Amino acid sequence: MNLEAFNLDPQTLLAIAGMALVTYATRLGGWFAIRRMVLTGRTRAALDAVPGAVLAAVITPAVLTTGPAETIAAAITVVAALKLPQLVAVALGVASVVALRAILY
Amino acid sequence: MRPDDMSSDRFTEARASAVAVLPAMIAVIPFSLLLGALAAQKGITPLEMMLMSATVFAGSAQFVAVDIWREPAPWLLLTVTALLINMRHLLMGASLASKIGHFGTGTSLLALFTMVDETWALAEQRAARARLTPTYVLTMGGILWINWVGWTGLGAALGSLMGDPAVYGADFAFPAIFLTLLVGLWQGPRTGIAIAASAVVAAIVHLTVDGPWFIAAGGIAGALAGALSAPSGDEAAETGIGE
Repeated sequence: MNLEAFNLDPQTLLAIAGMALVTYATRLGGWFAIRRMVLTGRTRAALDAVPGAVLAAVITPAVLTTGPAETIAAAITVVAALKLPQLVAVALGVASVVALRAILY
Repeated sequence: MRPDDMSSDRFTEARASAVAVLPAMIAVIPFSLLLGALAAQKGITPLEMMLMSATVFAGSAQFVAVDIWREPAPWLLLTVTALLINMRHLLMGASLASKIGHFGTGTSLLALFTMVDETWALAEQRAARARLTPTYVLTMGGILWINWVGWTGLGAALGSLMGDPAVYGADFAFPAIFLTLLVGLWQGPRTGIAIAASAVVAAIVHLTVDGPWFIAAGGIAGALAGALSAPSGDEAAETGIGE
């Protein structure tokens, strides 16, 4: 490592500050909007569904639209997670995707 | 200190939190190194990399940022892109709000600063079983933050010595972690309806629209499905102002 490792470019700093600011704003926004509300009925049900829905959406490209190896490995991971500790299920999922890619592609 | 947050309880909470976050902590290392290496190729210095990781602290947004990075940094484009990719935080924060409602404002602001997909999902999973404590939320947030800043900085310092994590199947580690967390969130058929609605809409949007819109689209579709599949009798969906 040399001294250049510690360079800070002003425009880079501006970009980092902008990214950091809007990112923190997204983290605070939902909490700030909801925190003083007591939710009931369908609004409550909608928010209750958010954790599963967002997680499912995040992994959809990797699990559903990449290829058969990833989709099968995802199914193996889910079945494993029903019976086994999380770390074991994750390891099985990763191992099966490596194996399936070698076989299928 | 809260009376129910005594030091032995806090130790138990901190340990449970550290154990829960361990798989994500390990899985993130190859990606941190890769991100740092890619950033170094774009002229980002290790110090700048660590500063970005410490203040933005958002994996997918930082990967996209480094991808579109050039010198001098297109700061407006980078800022707008980070905003779009992190829109999902709005849904996540809204969902978490009621579960951290008993935290003080300062603690909440800190907890939300460390809210990333993994810590949020673990907090939701924990909240389904027990009352969330600041210790639980901040321990895993702190661990992942130090982990992220350190390894991305090291990656930038080492440059392009790293290979492609996909070779070891490491790219599938996060989908696998999230799948196991989904299993943990399961509360019956209505969870399945919301997940299915989200996955179908996210897949369609991902295949037809460029950019990270599929996450918001899937999340909203899943939330709507959750509302529509709620037992009737809750028709009078009211939102009252509390406190």
